[in-house]
Amino acid sequence: MSNPIWIVRDYLKCSGCRRCEIACSMHHEDWMWPEASRVRVFMPFPGVEVPHLCAQCDDYPCVDSCSFDALSVDEDTSAVIVDREKCTSCALCIKACPGQVPFLHPGDNKATVCNLCEGDPECVKVCQEARYNALSVVEEKPNVNRKLFAMHPIEVAKDLAVNLFGEKGEEVI
Amino acid sequence: MPGGYAGKFLDVDLTKEKVKNTTFPDEILEAYFGGRGLAAKILWDRIGKDWPKVDPLGPQNIFLALTGPMTAIYPGARICCSGKSPVSNGTVGSTASTEFASDLKMAGYDGVIVSGKASSSVYILVTDDGGEIRDASHLWGKMSEEIIKILNKEVTEELTKRKPNIGLIREPGKIYIGPAGENMVRNAAVCSKVCHAAGYGGYGSLMGSKNLKAIVAKGRGKLPEVDAPEAVKLMWKKTHEHLIKPRGFRRWGTGYAGYAVGNDTSSEPIRNWQEEWHDMRSYGGPRFENRYWVKKYWADFNCTTSCMKVSCIKSGRWKGDITDMPDYELEAYCGTNLGIFDPGDNIHISTVVDKLGHSGINGPNAMGFAAELYQRGILTEEDIGFKLEWGDAEAFDKLAHMIAYREGIGDILAEGTYRAALKIGEMKGVDVMKYVVHVKGIEIGAHGTRSDADYTHDISYAPNVQGGDHTSIAVDGYSEMSSAVFTDSAVICNFCFYGVPQELVFDFAKGVTGFPITRESWRTDQGPRIVTLQRALLLMGGPDIFWEPIKDDDNPPRFYEPLPSGPYKGRTTDRKLVEEKRAAYFETLGWDERGVPEKETLDKIGLGDLEPSMKKLRK
Repeated sequence: MSNPIWIVRDYLKCSGCRRCEIACSMHHEDWMWPEASRVRVFMPFPGVEVPHLCAQCDDYPCVDSCSFDALSVDEDTSAVIVDREKCTSCALCIKACPGQVPFLHPGDNKATVCNLCEGDPECVKVCQEARYNALSVVEEKPNVNRKLFAMHPIEVAKDLAVNLFGEKGEEVI
Repeated sequence: MPGGYAGKFLDVDLTKEKVKNTTFPDEILEAYFGGRGLAAKILWDRIGKDWPKVDPLGPQNIFLALTGPMTAIYPGARICCSGKSPVSNGTVGSTASTEFASDLKMAGYDGVIVSGKASSSVYILVTDDGGEIRDASHLWGKMSEEIIKILNKEVTEELTKRKPNIGLIREPGKIYIGPAGENMVRNAAVCSKVCHAAGYGGYGSLMGSKNLKAIVAKGRGKLPEVDAPEAVKLMWKKTHEHLIKPRGFRRWGTGYAGYAVGNDTSSEPIRNWQEEWHDMRSYGGPRFENRYWVKKYWADFNCTTSCMKVSCIKSGRWKGDITDMPDYELEAYCGTNLGIFDPGDNIHISTVVDKLGHSGINGPNAMGFAAELYQRGILTEEDIGFKLEWGDAEAFDKLAHMIAYREGIGDILAEGTYRAALKIGEMKGVDVMKYVVHVKGIEIGAHGTRSDADYTHDISYAPNVQGGDHTSIAVDGYSEMSSAVFTDSAVICNFCFYGVPQELVFDFAKGVTGFPITRESWRTDQGPRIVTLQRALLLMGGPDIFWEPIKDDDNPPRFYEPLPSGPYKGRTTDRKLVEEKRAAYFETLGWDERGVPEKETLDKIGLGDLEPSMKKLRK
């Protein structure tokens, strides 16, 4: 089953439990492997938790950047799909991403990106189950400016810190 | 290698500036598991019969930061700190929630064992490539917020330099000490995440004595493989279903108890335990939550209990303070026990105490003790340098600093409440022991026994191998062995344990490790072995203080004074019951009538090598 979806993030609701990483890696790696998880929660300061994952930019700069045709867009889900045979670990896609979301897998060293679990993302399920609701799924709509969400986690954290801690937040990250 | 273990421990000698990997035989892991149990075993094996001579703050002592086989895989990852305790002279398994624990396992290590003393301040970095000792001179003197900021930047930059292509590297997990630990305030904490701490045991001062500012871990590996992966995956799901159910505790954690424990169960320390009941609506939960909580569901790795809440003061004189809600213990010890009933003042003192690296229970216990001496005119304005009135947050803020930096009276209070009392008593020629609320030098957690309405009772603390530790209390019978003794050794969070059916937890433990363990085996084999070893080391004690069996296996005098107020007015801890249950407790564990482990017991649990030391203690 596949349908066009998008994972919405509400950072202020993220508890930092990182069950999304556990669920993601259990699905894709068959065991708990947070560093191989396609969603990774950055925690630059206690209380400031930033789940970091592909936003499926409208213009897919990562796909464009690949000289080896290793990256493509799934027509059904709009997710970025990595052909691990073709990937040369050159890291150009990471540099091209405005949020540096992709990373080289700690096991096979290939580019790794969220594939939306073929339309039914595990990370969202566990976040919802726990009623944290930091991650939720919406049906894809045009014009949500998805690429604005591809942002460096430290930049996100700097804003969140001020939102949480007021003036003090300016200095903690 | 049994499941759940990463397979090796990092063995660091700071004097020789050497690191190596160490392993332990499977039988030892099965018998002691990890964390608290394994720490006691490692300490006994390495320090041995010289135990009474070893100064806990000297280079012969060993600092341990251990995970357990279930850590990070079972919900609620924690690290267990241990060593010869600078407060009890025995051992404590002192745990804190932190990503340091999960990162350590992902780096391929089950724990870090630190001996010797560094010639200048250092921190230890653990990665997939092993361990390294790094300079920490730029971190020495720094407090939590800055430490976190500097280490995050420095370590992620360094690791990026080593592997420039792999993409963004996340912040490492960290445990660290504040100025209190650096200055060897005996009961100082090992800290993490601004407001998390391994408080009991005084292991912050042990780190300080080694010039060890922090241990930092960043791993990229998977969590260790387990014996029965498919079963563990199912049990992981099931356990979380249990943790997600209780809506109230997830919403408020222990953050509402600052009012409730005082008002309902009448067991909350107030003005150095002179009272245990209050009806201060000013201290009600909603007043904390509505004004200060900026994140209401805050959790650590693999936790859905989320009992922690982030607090921030955004206006007024304490603007910029960040801490947790505070949790109940600090609502009591940084609040009611200092006569503070204002949520903002309470959050401020908690923040100060956390920043300085005090243990939020134990450090402020000494402050409450000092304030009672001031109230009674035993300590004067001249002794302290200012008026130390109940409820005066500014004065207690000052005192917390003086203790951390060992200034003036702070230098004495920095020895922990019990040792401070010995000194002050001598100095003033007055017996101040009746105002000290401790067992075996460990200041008692914020749950009294006099009302008998809380979860703590007669012998909760008196014969407890971890003294006043409220997270692991003695119980007549075996249930203690399969609860906190187990969780501290599995190194999982108590608040991800209570409320989950014990059959499920022990099946989980079996599924992870493959050891044939059950709740029953923990009650009759592993648990008693660990507690007996802890008891032996506690009785060996020294070098500055040796505990006297029976006399020191008792509650502090205050716990036998009748409660002066509230619904339980007039009630007190039942001394006869303490004596009866203590005797039963000793018998249950195979100790003699003075609580010295019997030879047969030692042989049965594989600790026959303790016999020569125990023989000396028997009458």
